Amino acid sequence: MKEDLLSIASDIVDQAHKRGVDEVDAFVTSVAETSARVRLSEVERIIDATSNAASVRVINGKRTAVCSTVDLTPRALTEMVEQAIELASIAEPDEFAGLPDRGDLALAEPPNLHLYDEQIESISIDAMKDIALRCEQAAFDYDKKVTNSDGAEMGVTRGIVALANSAGFAASYPLTSAHVIVEAICDDNDGKKRNDSWFTVERALHRLEDAEEVGRKAAARAVAKIGAKKLATTTMPVVWEAPVVRALLGIIGQAVSGEMLYRRSTFLAELEDSQVGSELLTITDDPLLEGRLGSRPFDGEGVASRRVPLFEAGVFREFLFDSYNARRMGRNTTGAAGRSLSAPPAPGTSNLVLEPGDISPEDLCAGVVEGLLLTDLMGFGVNMTTGDFSRGAQGFRIESGKVTEPVTEINVSGNLKDMLANIDAIANDMLWLGASGAPSLRMSKLTVSGT
Amino acid sequence: MADAAGTTYIRDKFGIDDAIASSVLDEALAFGGDYAELFFEHKDAGSIVYEQQVVKNATRSLSKGMGVRVLAGEAVGYAYTEDLDLAALRRAAATAAKIASRDEATPPVDVVHYETPQYYTPEGNTVDVPPRDKVELMQRADQAARAYDSSIARADINFVDEIKHIAIFTSDGRMASDVQPLVRFNVSCLSERDGGRQTARWGGGGRMGMAYFEETTPEALAEEAARQAVLLQSAVEAPAGTFPVVLAAGDSGILLHEAIGHGLEADFNRKKTSNYSDRIGELVASELCTVVDDGTIQDSRGSINVDDEGNMPQKNVVIENGVLQGYLQDRLSAAAFGTKPTGNGRRESFKHYPMPRMTNTYMLGGDSSPEDIIKSVNRGVYCVAFSGGQVNISNGDFVFSVTEGYMIEGGKITSPIRNVNLIGNGPEVLTKVTAVGHDFELSDGRWTCGKDGQSVPVGVGIPTTLVSAITVGGTSIG
Repeated sequence: MKEDLLSIASDIVDQAHKRGVDEVDAFVTSVAETSARVRLSEVERIIDATSNAASVRVINGKRTAVCSTVDLTPRALTEMVEQAIELASIAEPDEFAGLPDRGDLALAEPPNLHLYDEQIESISIDAMKDIALRCEQAAFDYDKKVTNSDGAEMGVTRGIVALANSAGFAASYPLTSAHVIVEAICDDNDGKKRNDSWFTVERALHRLEDAEEVGRKAAARAVAKIGAKKLATTTMPVVWEAPVVRALLGIIGQAVSGEMLYRRSTFLAELEDSQVGSELLTITDDPLLEGRLGSRPFDGEGVASRRVPLFEAGVFREFLFDSYNARRMGRNTTGAAGRSLSAPPAPGTSNLVLEPGDISPEDLCAGVVEGLLLTDLMGFGVNMTTGDFSRGAQGFRIESGKVTEPVTEINVSGNLKDMLANIDAIANDMLWLGASGAPSLRMSKLTVSGT
Repeated sequence: MADAAGTTYIRDKFGIDDAIASSVLDEALAFGGDYAELFFEHKDAGSIVYEQQVVKNATRSLSKGMGVRVLAGEAVGYAYTEDLDLAALRRAAATAAKIASRDEATPPVDVVHYETPQYYTPEGNTVDVPPRDKVELMQRADQAARAYDSSIARADINFVDEIKHIAIFTSDGRMASDVQPLVRFNVSCLSERDGGRQTARWGGGGRMGMAYFEETTPEALAEEAARQAVLLQSAVEAPAGTFPVVLAAGDSGILLHEAIGHGLEADFNRKKTSNYSDRIGELVASELCTVVDDGTIQDSRGSINVDDEGNMPQKNVVIENGVLQGYLQDRLSAAAFGTKPTGNGRRESFKHYPMPRMTNTYMLGGDSSPEDIIKSVNRGVYCVAFSGGQVNISNGDFVFSVTEGYMIEGGKITSPIRNVNLIGNGPEVLTKVTAVGHDFELSDGRWTCGKDGQSVPVGVGIPTTLVSAITVGGTSIG
């Protein structure tokens, strides 16, 4: 199958080339998904299916078009190529359009990043169902206060990515993933429900967190929220628990996009090599980590992956670039092109890693007289252009260094530049979940809106 | 006996007829499932990106396939295939069938064609309109944005459209089809002045063809994005704390979508994970509130001629004068509640199982004048445009992000405020609605709703509404 997809990709490139197209690349994927979801110890849903798709980018006279299809028959692929050539003619010439420079392509044997687990090919639906059942049961067993569940799920994917272009690049790699997730729900005294979920997702089965541990964590998080109240509006130190630091990393991941720089729509524009964050802050985009969800041997245009320092001791170092936006901005690609079926490549993160510090998470709270331990964020309240940040939140009060009562229905707000500068401590509790690794950290002040 | 365009299309394109559908349904029920349904889809989607006064690129994508769902009690078996050969269809059906485990097959039923209404029509859809006509609209938008203010340094515009053919066959004997056009025109403007940069986005569309642009010009959409970006240049810090909030008519309907709409989707209530579980007949909102979910609004982005389980859309009054009337039902939940589906069973594509989803959700107008509502507020916030929202179904907390807002001081709208998040608790906030205007407005077609990783187009609407207390997540204290 791996060879099949690569030969389809190469065939698409050949077809376009024969029709006189200047530059072309083809991206072909196959993904099989299987999942078992249970709720209250009964099977709720089983999904089992495979899908394929092919996409072609045609650059003709510096005019770009992208077409895709899920029909991989030769006739449909020919139609797709012809449609792309026709569609490219409506675009205007763009001097920056084009494939990556040949020198940037990953023409050597790509590194084996261990993104594929053979065990995932053979795991049965029944086995997944049993794991989901154990996960949910562990949540209920953790505490009698867990009275309901939104279900537990175990699922896997098995896929292949193939990429070929007219500059001589042709490679493919297989990848797998597996996840376990559960949401636990408690009844609070005020008639409201309190809920939380926990999950694990990895490229290999053996790396997954134990399903029962996932269940217990979801339960513990939900139970801890019982009795949550609002907080009075104030400015206070805020300790970010590692899971919400992941969300902060996600926002930074958008702000470091070279495309956002080109659009002048990121608050980091014009801040390269400036001291933006606290000296404690070091963030890296690392696509070469073995077995991680965001790892990739080459990017969505076939450029060799490399580790990119984003922040070093608080100094903002680099934007992430694909080849188009790099040319546009007079830079070089950083091998960060993300690829989707129905759009041209655009810069995207791989694994975002925030370097841990050396104090315990308890020590983050220890010095705080009156503060907030932030455990959940919700909503989309970030203005990337200005860095204004305002999001819904839940967490716990910190009083005299101790985590006390749960709080809900509050907002946290500030400007991302100030927020990054105000990081005054980072803990050693590195949490790897999906495509990011982050510890807990503390900001010396943040506005908290409540009553 | 209607034979809608979608049915003919699916038959011509894929060779799927009643006999083939019956044979696949038989396979799906081979292990005694209670119900099976086949969802065929063919989607042709396109986009044109216009940036810095040139067409940067154009895309087109084709997707097609069939999803098969088998129910055994409340358990769902789901499989899909892009290969529409009979053998592949039967393989997918056999996979989904295994959710059931009885020894005998469920007997087949003949399907009857259902005629669907026409809340929109595919005539004049934009997908096959020559690209140059679309580019001309984008050029007009670009010029209008730049002419609006000299600080507009960038106008990025895209034209996104699709035409989707669906056909549904169910083992309880229904067959329905639909052709669903969808167009959206988006403008993003960057204003640069004295080193200050601000961006704003606006857009619109619906289940329409090029006729949309006769009602709403590209110039109007572009000027709106430009106006908001320029306005933000003089925005002040938003306040932090709890204040009265006046929601302007139209876009603010996102409040209803998040605060109550999701909580009334029947799946959450069947599982008792919603704050609105077991509360039908209770007062859950101010008596001024009558909330409707209506999939039948002509040409609206959230409308459907048939839902993705083959049921007809309706105008569902979910809250009448503050009293909860019922939930938004799909087939599975309706069976559990012993009621009828409300035409809210929707899915993103053939790769996705259907769930109860909103269509166009709005609140009916009241009798206050919008001016009087604003005059009644001594210190508060006036919200006009939004970028998105989210809700935690279980605890009822919901947020929405304001992109155009103002202070209200002494009954007058004063300074614009920077982008800010509002947070409230659904069941509480709706009891705090203290005035409802007579100026009901449906938002333009620019909203997409996400649930369980599935996106569907929706509509929202509301008249000018006063909420007496809601938490505003600004940075200015005191």
